[in-house]
Amino acid sequence: MSVLMLAVMGIVFSGIEEVNLATLQSRINRSSDTTYVVNFWATWCKPCVEELPAFEALARKYADQPMVVLLVSLDSPEDRMKKVEPFIRRRGYTRSQVVVLNEPKPHLWIDRVDPSWSGSIPATLFIRGNRRLFGEFQFDEVKLDSTFQSFRKGSQ
Amino acid sequence: MRLDRISLMSFFFCVFMALQVQHSAAFGDGVAVGDVAPDFKLMNVDGRMVELSDYKTKKGAIIVFTCNHCPYSIKYEDRIIQLHEAFAPLGFPVIAINPNDATKVPEDSFENMKVRASEKKFRFPYLVDESQQVAKAYGAKRTPHVYVVFNTAEGPSVQYIGAIDDNASDASAVETKFVRDAVTSLIDGKLPSTSLTKAIGCTIKWKN
Repeated sequence: MSVLMLAVMGIVFSGIEEVNLATLQSRINRSSDTTYVVNFWATWCKPCVEELPAFEALARKYADQPMVVLLVSLDSPEDRMKKVEPFIRRRGYTRSQVVVLNEPKPHLWIDRVDPSWSGSIPATLFIRGNRRLFGEFQFDEVKLDSTFQSFRKGSQ
Repeated sequence: MRLDRISLMSFFFCVFMALQVQHSAAFGDGVAVGDVAPDFKLMNVDGRMVELSDYKTKKGAIIVFTCNHCPYSIKYEDRIIQLHEAFAPLGFPVIAINPNDATKVPEDSFENMKVRASEKKFRFPYLVDESQQVAKAYGAKRTPHVYVVFNTAEGPSVQYIGAIDDNASDASAVETKFVRDAVTSLIDGKLPSTSLTKAIGCTIKWKN
């Protein structure tokens, strides 16, 4: 029984889901009133890791509004438990949702995220209903907040 | 009459220039498949200068923008060495170029490039693009980013841009080897069936 409990708790705490592109796309299309801020990153990518606090801060600032920050890790799936989970736990990110994208052939899905994407990370997609803004941005807290606000204003 | 011809010529010249500008604007920065490969003159880890034009007697070259620190470059290091081993004898040697700003990533400094090249026994040049002008001229965005160049009568022509293959993390799970396929096609006298691919990689660390 206690073993079962531990196993259940393990699943709950493992938290970080592995998704394919189809699942990811359905997750960012759930509600047309919600602004989704989707950041593509990896633990090995220095500029990505540097800008992550800005995303967590954005998620906290707008916690009472219809918005979701989704951090999509491009670490290899075998690093999900080894690197991504400890990293997120250590950083204490609780407002942002975190997933690991498990799509082995980048050349087949990069264009489906956005045709203008070269494949470099960090890259961020803002999406609300039919409106999208994509770019290989490098954000700090102020720049992310102002980009988010102007995107939301434009999509009202 | 003669004046007319000159003004007509300058008219065509202007149209030509305008088209050139439009062309480069349409493709953003860098080269597209079919464009002439920009020449370069960069310092190798052995202290000698290497130019693309040094390679004009070869069939072509496999130019790889790569670096020391990027995990994707590291994952591909052995595959880059294998490309050189397989294709240098067939006229397509590898030229590796590190475009990263070493003040941002000390691991990518010229000294560290020398260390890596000797550790991994690179048999191809590993050049430093100190000014980052070559990466900009080609439009390289990430490491690794490959440009397969084919020497034609009109000069070196870019015939493939993109990833080495379709699986960075697991060489044994690769299904399509883009660079190998492209070079093999060119050796066989055919155009590559896939000439442009995208891949995830580390953003080139540009100077501020």
